[in-house]
Amino acid sequence: MSTTSAAAGETSAAAGGGDGGNGRVPISDRARAERRLGWYLAGPAFVVMLLVTAYPILQAFYESLFKYRLTDPDAREFTWLNNYVVVLTDPIWWRAVGVTVLITVITVAIEAVLGFALALVMHRALKTLRPILRTAILIPYAIITVVSAFAWFYAFSIDSGFVNSWFAWAPGISEDTNWFGQFGTSVFVIIASEIWKTTPFISLLLLAGLAQVPEDLQEAAKVDGATWWQRLYKVTIPNMKAAIMVALLFRTLDAFRIFDNVFIMTQGANNTEVVSFLAYRQTISRLEIGLGSAVSVLLFLCVVLISFLFIKLFKVDLASARGER
Amino acid sequence: MGRRTVSIAAAAVVLAGLAACGGDDSTPTLTWYINPDNGGQTELAARCTEAADGAYQIKTSLLPREASAQREQLARRLAANDSSIDIISLDPPFIPELAEAGFLAEIPDDVAEAVTENVVQGAIDGATWRDKLVAVPFWANTQLLWYRKSVAEAAGLDPENEPVTWEQIIEAAQSQDKYLGVQGIRAEALTVWINALVTSAGGEILDNPEAPADQVQLGLETDAGRAAAEIIENIARNGLGGPGLANEDENASMLLFQGDRGSFMVNWPFVWAATLAGVEAGNLDQSLVDDIGWAQYPAVAEGEDSRPPYGGINLGIGAFSEHPDLAIEAAQCIVTPDNQAYYMVTNGNPASNTEAYDDPDVQETFPMADLIRESLEAAAPRPQTPYYNEVSTGLQNTWHPPSSVTPDSSPEEATVLITEVLKGERLL
Repeated sequence: MSTTSAAAGETSAAAGGGDGGNGRVPISDRARAERRLGWYLAGPAFVVMLLVTAYPILQAFYESLFKYRLTDPDAREFTWLNNYVVVLTDPIWWRAVGVTVLITVITVAIEAVLGFALALVMHRALKTLRPILRTAILIPYAIITVVSAFAWFYAFSIDSGFVNSWFAWAPGISEDTNWFGQFGTSVFVIIASEIWKTTPFISLLLLAGLAQVPEDLQEAAKVDGATWWQRLYKVTIPNMKAAIMVALLFRTLDAFRIFDNVFIMTQGANNTEVVSFLAYRQTISRLEIGLGSAVSVLLFLCVVLISFLFIKLFKVDLASARGER
Repeated sequence: MGRRTVSIAAAAVVLAGLAACGGDDSTPTLTWYINPDNGGQTELAARCTEAADGAYQIKTSLLPREASAQREQLARRLAANDSSIDIISLDPPFIPELAEAGFLAEIPDDVAEAVTENVVQGAIDGATWRDKLVAVPFWANTQLLWYRKSVAEAAGLDPENEPVTWEQIIEAAQSQDKYLGVQGIRAEALTVWINALVTSAGGEILDNPEAPADQVQLGLETDAGRAAAEIIENIARNGLGGPGLANEDENASMLLFQGDRGSFMVNWPFVWAATLAGVEAGNLDQSLVDDIGWAQYPAVAEGEDSRPPYGGINLGIGAFSEHPDLAIEAAQCIVTPDNQAYYMVTNGNPASNTEAYDDPDVQETFPMADLIRESLEAAAPRPQTPYYNEVSTGLQNTWHPPSSVTPDSSPEEATVLITEVLKGERLL
């Protein structure tokens, strides 16, 4: 009997966000019944989730143990973890990881600042202006990524683009600037389009966080004579920390899986290849199912690692982000 | 009243459905997977459906625009034993891969003999794998040297009467402060260029293309490979390919050539039809057309013959087709010299059958028709190997951007990368 209650206590501590406590609180029958009902309600969704996410991941892992080429089915061969050795010892993989991390860090950092600024504008905007402002800010996010990638590609391309002729006065830009001719400028355009496209997403999440900051705290700080900056640093940001972290986590995961922009703009030329593009190339264009699956599984592990780091290091508490505590 | 109308309508729909089913049963439908063109293949499908007189009907299904994307879709479908694939418009470099995998139905010997009669050698080679014809030659493509007569004259060159070398056109463009139209984009076009340079210099990208993956030997670390790298280096370092060289495909180099600083360009014959269309639409001047000349692809060494690029489309028969016999019959109908001539005139894609070049319409539309035929006879296919995609991508990854190419390092880098990739030791 006592073991059961201890286990239940641990579960409740874990569900509470792991905030310490001895967890020896005995739970009532009602709480237990509610928990059971919770499982009944969420169970079917959980099973569907397993089917649509776990199954493909396991299948990919299984395939990654083979040397298997779609146009050479007879030569399919079980090679244990050899594909992982090939991938992890290859400079192409590490270069792709490096480029992906670079794009992720820069875009998320800039988007966080820009998105926060936009959220503040939306939050404080006049009531009549707010709907229009929100719509205007959200437009880039509503555009399909491939379409926005094409728009940016054509704007910067050397033959049909207008950027060169509009900005020829700026230092370093001339009629003959080939944006997709070298690494630096290619990555610049990729990052710029990514920021343009997804800043609205982050600002929307932050706007929700801003709305949660209690107005009386702001009032109290104001009465105490705090300046706008002091209120921002001491009241607003600490009170929406969870919302900020969730926004950053979602965006980081999203940015790490970047594919469309690179696919459309450079096709991975000039060393702009990212991890998901590498997986695409091995699986779809080389038809090397085994090797491609290994890259995909590693990409998945990277994403899991990022989530883990965010949740552990930044102590993101999804429950409090939802306003449950 | 409402209910009655609905039930009558429902009955009519059911009857119409039954009738449609009955009609389809009597005539087998062949699906022809085509690459995008100006509607020529759809028209040929209609013509052959009519000629078949009820024996079969041909329906077309469109593949993606890029050759590599076409290969991806076909390989995936064929690996899944897709029986809806009857006839396939195939890019020659990918034929060995599909043939080796058993994805293409056999072409009977008598048919093989019939469909190779009067066909240029390059097209027969491109449709052959392990000494057996595995596809029906349809249209064959080759690149020519296009030049601006005014620029050539000013530089003292006469490409029409004397074969020119890469060195000569590089010097001519440099002396006149003009751009050369070449394809430096990291795509199949770059492989086409490299292959033409290497073979024109007397070498081969692969020494033993039919060998298994781990035994393939590359022929780049040779004088021919180094000569090819030197030409690319020369053009890129001197800025002769224009500022957009690293992204320049066939279309971009055509636009460059049509511009004020155009001089010489290597490109497929589609540029002729496209330029004429540009004049008709009022975007280009007639004086430009009058200034354009054409000649055989440039040689690497003086006095040696060049090996122009070979491309085009051959017709494969799907191995899982439900009507392979009818598909072979249909393919033979599609590639008759008359149909090839029609296709060449309307879609700008050169015929593989030499008879088609005698067609008056072809002669009138393509003043350079005879040159195209000669170029096709001299053309060198890209490496015929089931691992073509690896070889081509490996080359593109190591020889791009063109400004990074050097005769000392590039052939070696490509050799090392491609060899390791084929052995399964590296990513690509």
